[in-house]
Amino acid sequence: MLQSLQLAVMAPELTLAIGAMVLLMLGVATRKEHGELLLWLGVLILVAAGVLVATGHGTTPLFGGSFIVDPFARAMKLLTLTGAAVALLMSYDYWREQGRIKFEFPVLVLLATTGMLMMISAHDLIALYVGLELQSLALYVVAAFDRDSARSSEAGLKYFVLGALSSGMLLYGASLVYGFTGATEFGHIAAIVHDSGATLGLIFGLVFLMAGFAFKISAVPFHMWTPDVYEGAPTPVTAFFAAAPKLAAMALTVRTLFAAFPAIAPEWQQIVTFLAIASMALGAFAAIGQKNIKRLMAYSSISHMGYALVGLAAGSAEGVQGVIIYLAIYLAMTLGTFACILAMRRSGRMVEDIDQLAGLSRTSPLMAFMLAMLLFSLAGIPPLAGFFAKFYVFLAAIHAGLYGLAVTGVLLSVVGAYYYLRIVKLMYFDAPAERFEPMPGTLAAVLGVTGAFTLLFFVAPAPLVTIADTAARSLF
Amino acid sequence: MTLPALFFYLFAGLCVASGFMVIAVKNPVHAVLFLILAFFNAAGLFVLLGAEFLAMILIVVYVGAILVLFLFVVMMLDVDFAELKAGFLKFLPVGATIGILFLVELLFVLGAWVTAPAIAPQAPTAQGVSNTAALGRILYTNYVYLFEPAGLILLVAMVGAIVLTLRHREGVKRQSVAAQIARTRQTGMEVVKIESGRGLS
Repeated sequence: MLQSLQLAVMAPELTLAIGAMVLLMLGVATRKEHGELLLWLGVLILVAAGVLVATGHGTTPLFGGSFIVDPFARAMKLLTLTGAAVALLMSYDYWREQGRIKFEFPVLVLLATTGMLMMISAHDLIALYVGLELQSLALYVVAAFDRDSARSSEAGLKYFVLGALSSGMLLYGASLVYGFTGATEFGHIAAIVHDSGATLGLIFGLVFLMAGFAFKISAVPFHMWTPDVYEGAPTPVTAFFAAAPKLAAMALTVRTLFAAFPAIAPEWQQIVTFLAIASMALGAFAAIGQKNIKRLMAYSSISHMGYALVGLAAGSAEGVQGVIIYLAIYLAMTLGTFACILAMRRSGRMVEDIDQLAGLSRTSPLMAFMLAMLLFSLAGIPPLAGFFAKFYVFLAAIHAGLYGLAVTGVLLSVVGAYYYLRIVKLMYFDAPAERFEPMPGTLAAVLGVTGAFTLLFFVAPAPLVTIADTAARSLF
Repeated sequence: MTLPALFFYLFAGLCVASGFMVIAVKNPVHAVLFLILAFFNAAGLFVLLGAEFLAMILIVVYVGAILVLFLFVVMMLDVDFAELKAGFLKFLPVGATIGILFLVELLFVLGAWVTAPAIAPQAPTAQGVSNTAALGRILYTNYVYLFEPAGLILLVAMVGAIVLTLRHREGVKRQSVAAQIARTRQTGMEVVKIESGRGLS
């Protein structure tokens, strides 16, 4: 009875892993004829896992504490699963236009998502690494998924080589932490660190761990791979990269820092503050010169991760709450924007130049309006959702006494607003370019829902804020 | 008492000797073969220590998989080692300096090496449990959560390799056993009656 109860706690992970293997078998058995059906089944499995996550309650550690399910894990898992499911849904029309839907794509997405859920629940250095590697390996493959395109192969290879390097740094840090504490489980590490304080070896290990995490969330100075991979990977894959793995990696960072190293918070707060400022600044300035919208979104995601890190730098429950709210809103905005990017299709080919959006307000006014709202929200203009996202993290930073960080963040968000507004200007005030092909139904639905969320968040922010609050409190 | 000692010196001596030969021989294929010999001897040392699982893993994984791969690569790439060694004398001073620095550092580390008295080296005590069984017990119970996802990672690697490299070529003639067996006399041959004096045509 006890055993079955415990397995029920990890039902979402089991559903995803077993679902992925069933899809793989189905795909092989049906001789790859039913790629479309399998893609829909993949979405269904992700939704089922989401329902299983949502029905859980309480805090349960499993396997000697290496796997933990608490409100924080549930909130982040729900967001990650949403991101993965919507990204998979949006890929449908893209692959169909490309020709055949390869059934391996949903399989790899499901396996990557399994890894992400494991990362979110990881409460042990080994569990952390295993989850991270499962996720990363599947992502390297989907980055190179369009194997006949040189850009996609280059993106996959670049991501793989740099990802392997970052995994190496993370492992080195983990081994140092293990060496200086003698434990891999976060609870034990926290107890030992509490007694020993910040020893030099421990800080060394922490720095290397943080370097590995920063790579996965693409925080400066470990962001170099992001623009190239975003540009080279097939667009639905880019949407998936921008949505799901970022959330999982951020959750992993938050959990590791608060569960294993609460005693030396001042040490890691310095690192997080640096990462936050550097990411916000680079994201804001480097995006200005971009011509390709996918590259622009890469820099945008770098700066958004910087803003989310501001909440983490605060080092309080309020800060974590801010991070969760930020990530939820970031997810909605990113998915909506990528729905628009995926709809930028003209005579059977994707276009990625920002200039191609010129005069969109006259060729398809509704899409232009939605995209403009999403861009305003990304820039953080009230009363759209993006403003509240920034508001909560900056408020937490100010309550933690980090005035410098908050002021820098606000100033840099003004710089960042420039390149978002440039696109709005293109859409509304420039001579119209040729009309895009009509938007497929799935993309329109995603754009509608995310756009409505962004526009109307200020009407009822309470549910998200409450969930984030419960989730953040479970970490302290 | 003397027999294990004898075998230890046999394995250890051969291990060091073949390790030296790996870097001394000119032919890279021979070098890989010597490496295999070194691994076999290291496996023998593990057996002497009572770690038979490690010994088997060493042979299965290193010799069975990695070194065979190595051998393939060395044989197929046809690297010109003479050319690689051409600049040997030119780079000797720099290489030697770095090597000596490393040696000195190593000596310092060894000089400062203190083992805590509580951690006396000891073989795993086997109380009716071989260490393979003991490893299995802990791997499939306490660490099952880490062990199973490792299998998933390997699955991803396999799926990924197939997705990215496998190309089904059209028009390749393949043997179809079922089709061969299903052939009947009617489909397989034709009996033609030829009138005498007239050819086929």
